[in-house]
Amino acid sequence: MLNNKDLLGIKELSVEEINLILDTAAGFKDVLGRDIKKVPALRGKTTVNLFFEPSTRTRTSFELAAKRLSTDVINFSVPTSSVVKGEGLIDTGLTVQALGADFIIIRHASSGVPHLLAKNLSASVINAGDGTNEHPTQALLDAFTIQEKKGKIAGLEIAIVGDIMHSRVAKSNIYCLTALGANVRLIGPPTLIPENLKAMGVSLFHNMEDGLKGVDVLIMLRIQLERQGKGFFPSTDEYSKNWGLTLERLSLAKEDVIVMHPGPMNRGIEIVSEIADGPRSVILEQVTNGIAVRMSVMYLLSGVKR
Amino acid sequence: MRIRIQNGRIIDPSQGLDTIGDILIEDGKIKEVITQKSKQKLHDKNKDLINRESCTVDRTSDDCRIIDARDKILIPGLVDMHVHLREPGFEHKETIKTGTMAAVKGGFTTVCCMPNTFPVNDNASVTEFIKRKASQEGYCTVLPIGAITKGQKGEELAEIGTMRKEGCVAFSDDGHPVMNSLIMRRALEYSKAFNVPVISHSEDLSLSEGGVMNEGLLSVTLGLRGSPSEAEQIMIFRDIVLAELTGGKLHIAHVSTKGSVDVIRNAKKRGVHVTAETCPHYFSITEDSVKGYDTDAKVNPPLRTAQDVEAIKDGLRDGTIDVIATDHAPHHRDEKLREFDMAPSGISGLETAFSLSMRLVGSHILTFSQLIEKMALNPARILQIDKGTLGVGSDADVVIIDEKKEYTVESQRFISKGKNTPFNGWGLRGMPVITIYKGKVYEW
Amino acid sequence: MSKELMNKKDLDRALTRMSHEIIEKNKGTSRLCLIGIQRGGVYLAQRLAAKIQEIEKKEIPLGSLDIALYRDDLNIRKQQPVVRRTEIPFEVNDLKIVLVDDVLFTGRSIRSAMDALMDIGRPASIQLAVLIDRGHRELPIKADYVGKNIPTSLRETVEVQMEEEGVEDRVTLRKSESVEGKGAE
Repeated sequence: MLNNKDLLGIKELSVEEINLILDTAAGFKDVLGRDIKKVPALRGKTTVNLFFEPSTRTRTSFELAAKRLSTDVINFSVPTSSVVKGEGLIDTGLTVQALGADFIIIRHASSGVPHLLAKNLSASVINAGDGTNEHPTQALLDAFTIQEKKGKIAGLEIAIVGDIMHSRVAKSNIYCLTALGANVRLIGPPTLIPENLKAMGVSLFHNMEDGLKGVDVLIMLRIQLERQGKGFFPSTDEYSKNWGLTLERLSLAKEDVIVMHPGPMNRGIEIVSEIADGPRSVILEQVTNGIAVRMSVMYLLSGVKR
Repeated sequence: MRIRIQNGRIIDPSQGLDTIGDILIEDGKIKEVITQKSKQKLHDKNKDLINRESCTVDRTSDDCRIIDARDKILIPGLVDMHVHLREPGFEHKETIKTGTMAAVKGGFTTVCCMPNTFPVNDNASVTEFIKRKASQEGYCTVLPIGAITKGQKGEELAEIGTMRKEGCVAFSDDGHPVMNSLIMRRALEYSKAFNVPVISHSEDLSLSEGGVMNEGLLSVTLGLRGSPSEAEQIMIFRDIVLAELTGGKLHIAHVSTKGSVDVIRNAKKRGVHVTAETCPHYFSITEDSVKGYDTDAKVNPPLRTAQDVEAIKDGLRDGTIDVIATDHAPHHRDEKLREFDMAPSGISGLETAFSLSMRLVGSHILTFSQLIEKMALNPARILQIDKGTLGVGSDADVVIIDEKKEYTVESQRFISKGKNTPFNGWGLRGMPVITIYKGKVYEW
Repeated sequence: MSKELMNKKDLDRALTRMSHEIIEKNKGTSRLCLIGIQRGGVYLAQRLAAKIQEIEKKEIPLGSLDIALYRDDLNIRKQQPVVRRTEIPFEVNDLKIVLVDDVLFTGRSIRSAMDALMDIGRPASIQLAVLIDRGHRELPIKADYVGKNIPTSLRETVEVQMEEEGVEDRVTLRKSESVEGKGAE
């Protein structure tokens, strides 16, 4: 049983809840293998996608998950909505709830927005990414993928490479993987890795070659090109030369290493195409697993009594 | 109208008093302060002679009100030198009327209002408006603080001299630092002609970089932009060096970090004329109050760490920090009920300040007398006003404190329009029960 | 207060008889498959499959089916049902499926199972094998193969324990405190 009606972040989940979501996701992955990829479990419920930041893949993934559970889905994307006319966040949430939303899936540029909505609405609020705080379903699907491929998470050497400071995916992954017992390494330039993360029990590497030795799982993060202007690193060229994943660097990891990426990729900058399309990459499976994990989350949240 | 407050414990650091006694008020001024010692002297001297001019213990005349202050503490009306009254321009957050009413409830009889109104108080007309409104609708003395620069933009000096004449007691661009060191230098130099303090909101904007809370592990895990304590320290250091250079009267507003306290302490040791203030939230809570994205805990400077809280207390204890002011910053509920990044900073502090500050007495950081110095006498001295004292002839601004009274903070019942406080639900002990302002009695 | 209805030997004999009945009714094992309903039917289906293989010397396809997502009482139950694995590693189209469950009661689980199977494919036919039929049907469902018929009252529960779970094979009848929640698993 999940303890809260909302999924706001990995920080708010116990290890038992994380494992429940992952175990249940396995059952949903079975559904996705069939011809008729639909179950009537949440028939009649309404899901609203409230995306204040543009996103195709996450929104589509949630939309599919919601539809496969037989809920009705409404997409509320900001440029076409009353929010542009100046309607406040709470008002938008209350309106959506008055329309009968059972699930509100929200992505917003400000950290803490899902928490604000969850406090003020009775619907189940699912965080699809808030500012630089968390992206919990991404971490859950990453954990599911690792578990599927490696059979376990505890004790694995997992490296996350890139702009950790601004990545909500990285943060959620750090919380999730450390909670499940993995040894997490962060690799990237010093300006993009906050020193105080050491307190979370992770190791910091600024030299990629050192960081990759003996790694079981590699999670590559998208480098955001806008960061260049703000003094975090001088150029994408220099970034790529020092922290881009090449075949040579990959060979330093374990032979059966798996390479992951939340997408979308900057091919040639943080990762070369040969690896992205190569045998060690599980990037596309992450996408499939994403739907199963999101179905699992929605199913389990619907069972929380209010 | 005469008032005799009887048998209270009179604490007045301006006269070095901490004794049981009576205070006699007539026509809005303090007529007499009768301590036990002097009562005994008088009694011995004039055993049969009873002065018909003053009310005796047993007689209540028509125009003399007796207030029994047994087991209560009598202090001079508190002086808050850092308040945002929001009028003109932001009356939905607070007005001079509601703000001064809240002040009186909190035991303050003099408040100094910051100029970040709309329009900004950077000229005599706005100063005049504020003074007029206060005399018509205010419940206590309102002394305006004028802007240092036009529009608080930090580019050109405002008409400091004219505003001084109109009634401003100090100058500040509060809400903003004066980033340009040359302008700050000029302000400190120029202010000498008018003998006024320059109050600095010390923050290096390029370092604080749009931060909405203290920079640290918590800001990283909450995904909120952090402002490092160094942004405050660097600016305080600069301001002190400029004060040293110019000889101007510098007062540092809302000190919040250990590093800042250290810098000020060293400057004072060197003999620099600088004074400093802090606010109750900086010695009562830490950045942990922000957890859960509670916008009521969003304030600038932000709430810091436990080490900083301890350093602020040390600074109060050893005199590095001279003043406890509230930085009362009321906001409308709708403005705070939104994304943490977008919510305005500020805590509505007038009605909780005294009780929170009393905890310093309870934990032996300050004596009661020292507390009154920080909250009444020192601000009055810095602003060079005749307040914060129970001396004979001064305005009858007296506050009666029940130090044993326990209560729970209920922000919805604040008199201030601003209900934004992280202390809602706190159990506190010790509060003003009667505030007398120029002889007018307010009680609840 | 409990009463033992079947012990290890009883269970084994019943399963042996049911295996023979399944083979007889279907005239052999061609196009036959067994699917156990999570959780109670899974081990039973495994044992039936093993016995059928012993008798006919032919292996028949075996699968497991989770029905949690097809239940008709998802909004009413106190506790949300656990979602388990559905592993049917073969095409069900045109096959004769024998659904296997431990206890047949109201019939609603079987209705859910049939809806799930229809979403998975189009079987040629569906038959039902249960270890215990305890009566009290609420839907027009009947079992083709029954291990034992046990008339029960609504105040009683029937528990099936199996070796594969770590305990000895046993079927027990227990008197419960209140009317049994029919959604209980």
